[in-house]
Amino acid sequence: MLDHSKLRGITSKGLLPCPPCCPCRFALPVAWMAQPPPDPHFVLRGTGAAVHALHFSCGGGEPDIPVLFSGSENGFIHVWNLKTHRVDAALDGHGRKSVCGLKTMDGKERLLSQGRDQRICLWDLAEGRTSVTDSVFTENVGFCRCSLLKVAEGRWLMATAAKALEEVQVLELPSKTSVCTLKPEVGAKLGMPMCLKLWQGSCGSQPSLLAGYEDGSVLLWNLSTGKVLSQLICHQEPVMSLDFDSEKAKGISGSSEKVLSIWSLNEQQNLQVQKTHRLVNAGISDITIRPDKKILATAGWDHRIRIFGWKKLKPLAVLDYHTATVHSVSFSDHKSPSDRLLAAGAKDHRISIWSIYTQT
Amino acid sequence: MAAALESALQAAGAGPCPGAEAVGAVRAALAAAGDPAALGERERARLGAFLRNLAAGPEEPAGPWRSLFLESPPDLAFCALTDSLAAPRPGWRLPAVPEVLEQFLRQGRLAALICELCQQHSRPGSVERHDALLGRIVCLPDLVGNGLQGRSPAAFFPQRYFPVLGGAVLQVLHNVSASLRGGLDCSVSFISHILGKVCVHGRQKEILSVLVPHLTDLTKSDCIWQRICWRLVECVPDRWMEAVVLGFVQRAPGADVLSRLLGNLVVKNKKAQFVVTQKMLLLQYGYTTAVLQNLLGYLALDGLRRALLIKVLQELLETWSSSSAVKHSPLEQQQYISKAILICLSHLKEPEIESCRQELLTSMMEGVKCHLDSSLPQIRRLGMIVAESISSKINTDGPVLTFQYEEDDEARELKSLLVQAAPLGVLPGLPDNENENADAALPPVLESNRKSTTATTHVMPDEESDAELDSDDDLIPYDMSEDKELKKTKAPVYIRDCIEVLTGSEDLDKWEEAVKALESLVRKNPVAAREVSVELAKILLHLEEKTCLEGFAELRQKAQVAVLTTDPIPVAQYLTSQFYSLNYSLRQRMDILDVLVLAARELSCPKGHGKTKHSGAQNPCIQFLPESGSSKDWRRIVDERIKSKTRRFAKGQSQVEQPSGPNEFNSLAGHFFFPLIQNFDRPLSTFDLLGEDHFVLGRLVHTLAVLMYLAVNTMAVTAMGKALLEFVWALRFHTDSYVRQGLLSCVSSILLSVPAERLLQDVTEELLETRSWLEDVVEKDPDGDCRRLALQNLLLMENLKKKLETAPS
Repeated sequence: MLDHSKLRGITSKGLLPCPPCCPCRFALPVAWMAQPPPDPHFVLRGTGAAVHALHFSCGGGEPDIPVLFSGSENGFIHVWNLKTHRVDAALDGHGRKSVCGLKTMDGKERLLSQGRDQRICLWDLAEGRTSVTDSVFTENVGFCRCSLLKVAEGRWLMATAAKALEEVQVLELPSKTSVCTLKPEVGAKLGMPMCLKLWQGSCGSQPSLLAGYEDGSVLLWNLSTGKVLSQLICHQEPVMSLDFDSEKAKGISGSSEKVLSIWSLNEQQNLQVQKTHRLVNAGISDITIRPDKKILATAGWDHRIRIFGWKKLKPLAVLDYHTATVHSVSFSDHKSPSDRLLAAGAKDHRISIWSIYTQT
Repeated sequence: MAAALESALQAAGAGPCPGAEAVGAVRAALAAAGDPAALGERERARLGAFLRNLAAGPEEPAGPWRSLFLESPPDLAFCALTDSLAAPRPGWRLPAVPEVLEQFLRQGRLAALICELCQQHSRPGSVERHDALLGRIVCLPDLVGNGLQGRSPAAFFPQRYFPVLGGAVLQVLHNVSASLRGGLDCSVSFISHILGKVCVHGRQKEILSVLVPHLTDLTKSDCIWQRICWRLVECVPDRWMEAVVLGFVQRAPGADVLSRLLGNLVVKNKKAQFVVTQKMLLLQYGYTTAVLQNLLGYLALDGLRRALLIKVLQELLETWSSSSAVKHSPLEQQQYISKAILICLSHLKEPEIESCRQELLTSMMEGVKCHLDSSLPQIRRLGMIVAESISSKINTDGPVLTFQYEEDDEARELKSLLVQAAPLGVLPGLPDNENENADAALPPVLESNRKSTTATTHVMPDEESDAELDSDDDLIPYDMSEDKELKKTKAPVYIRDCIEVLTGSEDLDKWEEAVKALESLVRKNPVAAREVSVELAKILLHLEEKTCLEGFAELRQKAQVAVLTTDPIPVAQYLTSQFYSLNYSLRQRMDILDVLVLAARELSCPKGHGKTKHSGAQNPCIQFLPESGSSKDWRRIVDERIKSKTRRFAKGQSQVEQPSGPNEFNSLAGHFFFPLIQNFDRPLSTFDLLGEDHFVLGRLVHTLAVLMYLAVNTMAVTAMGKALLEFVWALRFHTDSYVRQGLLSCVSSILLSVPAERLLQDVTEELLETRSWLEDVVEKDPDGDCRRLALQNLLLMENLKKKLETAPS
């Protein structure tokens, strides 16, 4: 066995790395000891079709069973028990049309699902029920996922793409009354809205909407006036997904290009590109920032999930498990940080669950 | 008064040793006579004889004779002193006369002498006197040096003397200027003579380093000084004109200064015109770019001279576009001419270009053709750059020529010559003013700067702490080396699959993958590769780039080398036979040569052999225990770190043993070499090595040199050497310098590879012939690289001879 103290005597300066076969307590230089990326924590199989939407509901206390909702191309919504890794229930509410968005409203009992049948359904799942209590007919044929924001107890705002090609509609739930319809100026040529994000500043300020459009631009809408506050052209191709951190006033967007764009919102409510990050392969279908704002995950067309540090966008890991395009990534809302999970759903019918960077 | 002097001289008598009283009397009489210039002829002759006697006497004269020399007319004193230096028996004169001369210089008598000679220009018989004195003034360091047998005092070293002379000249010029202002006529021709003679003696640097800065200052705004200056250079006799013009052009700090100093000399003086427009540009090429800029800027600065500028440009272009010049003149000269052309172009104005556009276009087309024909890459690039520049000048609105070449420092320098704005008419006073303005403007700027810096320093800590908080350092990244470009299709696994894809497939993705995979497949399965080796070689030789695959040429070449090394004999036979067959492009033929060289290198290198074997042994086994693998890895890394951080005082013990193995090239050298050398003189309808395709010939010759070098220690080396020597002999007068360089490297590799005793026994005569050819090349070849290589070869031969001489004893 090699004696480290002697080795340190020979070398004049610097720290010797420890061999992995006899780890000791010396710090290990990162560059040399970069570990291979982890394997999935576990894999959920059996959706029977490509997975398009994922949503965790794990915020409940101890008796509550953490669940993961998944929406697949065949129109089923599966409720996965994360203790047993089995399907608790399969919900069929979208006429076998693909489910593209899933959200919960206050716990796992009320689920909001968006399907390609142009409907948004509200499910009542309490006490084993599986019934649609209400639904909204959006008349929109696009792929744009709706965005949900809780503005007060028992009051939500939901943004969806509207019937008219370039429009976004904001509804209040559960009353389904229309708050506003956001129309771009005539001749703006933005194309369809591709992704939406409703958000609200810290101290009860007005909710705003960020929307990514087909021409590669991201618009910030003021909901009360229905006017555009700022427009940023950050991609050459349609914006496939975006996420926004309202604390740092900083957001990230991905498109079908090889570039991730990070932009920030300044005091004057102007969007500015902060930096761009070049990817190895083109195409991002989903971006999610972890609720603790430390890392973010992207779902790539190149079958890979990429993890970045959110502060500096430092690349952290490339998770290569899927064999087809990854459609959706989602972080769990576990109370304890060490339980936090990352789920990714892909075209290969699988949902991979990862436990990564849980210690920080 | 003159009578008093005469009587004193008479009293002193004509004897060789005048007494102390006589010297004193003459001094007093001289002082009484006042202006020495007013002396009559007779008195001057007498006084001259007296001084000569004084200096030539057998003993040192008594009394204040030194002062006498400094006070008497400077020409008489200078003649007497310099005469006495040349006298046969030095005696007392040795230390004394140079001392007097030194004082003579120090007291400014030299200026007085020149001044006097300038004023005497109209006197009868002055021409001979002028010539004699001119020689003595200019050659004083030599005279003193000869007289003192090389032990001359420091004041008479050329480095010291000529600046003093320059100072004297300047003083005389000041006198001239003063008298011109006083309305008196004045001649500067004697000064011109001095200047010319000094320059032609090669002392331009010393004298002009004094004159040029002062004259630059004086001529700035004074037209009298400018006229004096112009007159000064115009009066230089033709035989010395070249040296003077060269000196001025090299020393002048800028084209505008040169223009003030020389005036329209080139228009008035044929000789100067020849020097400036022909000799310095077309016949010589050692001057710096700054000199060129001076010269051409000078031509551009005046309307009369601009005609010359255009003429110069035409002549330069003629040379540039002459294929014989491109072929036979050295690279440095071509660079020089290109620079000159670019500078000329930068000075030309729109209407002037308009007037000679057609000529420019013609010479550009011709020049481009013969430059691109050259086998030397530097010359090709020179041609491209110059042609681009010309075309951008003549086609201001239309499309311009653009070439692809490497942008390095040289290319950028050349291009900068074209775009630079000639600093015409910059007022010398301006920069100072600007400086003052800048100074005046400085404080507020500084203040604001200071403010901003303090502001930033205030901000900085916040930012830093913010940055610390904001860093992702607590998140340790995983290994991301596997994150590569996503491949759409899988790489083929079998060589035959590759062949199928490469020959017939329309699927471009598959095709790309096959090209990428082929080398490793061949290396992994040598047995399978041998079955189809020739077929593979054929496919690869004809393989053309279907898609925009990055590094395609390299991938193909690597695969070719792999095929050739796995099954050398049949593939080498195939490739060498194809080199001389019909219907191949030059590119393919050169590919064949490259592949042969690379494969030969790989085969002859024992290290590569060991490595491939090693990896071959390691590849099939699956690593069941990753621990052991990584532990080997860490041991290696630890060893390396220890090595890099430990200082060893003893060398030699720790050296790793070189891996060794049989030279695989031994049995193959002939197969690579002889087929290539066989057919070079048989032209095909599409391929004529000795004619048009000399570039391929150059590559062939270089290839043969490398093969010869790699064949060291093989059996066939002697036969190869003999054949190669004959080949070299046949081509030794080839016009292309690239071919000649190759031939010379062939000779080097023969000398290095063939054992010395075999060389002497088998090829003595050829070697002797080669030697005489090498000597010829060293002396006469226009290409610098050729000369150097030939010299190296001669040295190698010498070493060989020495080795053989010492060996028997």
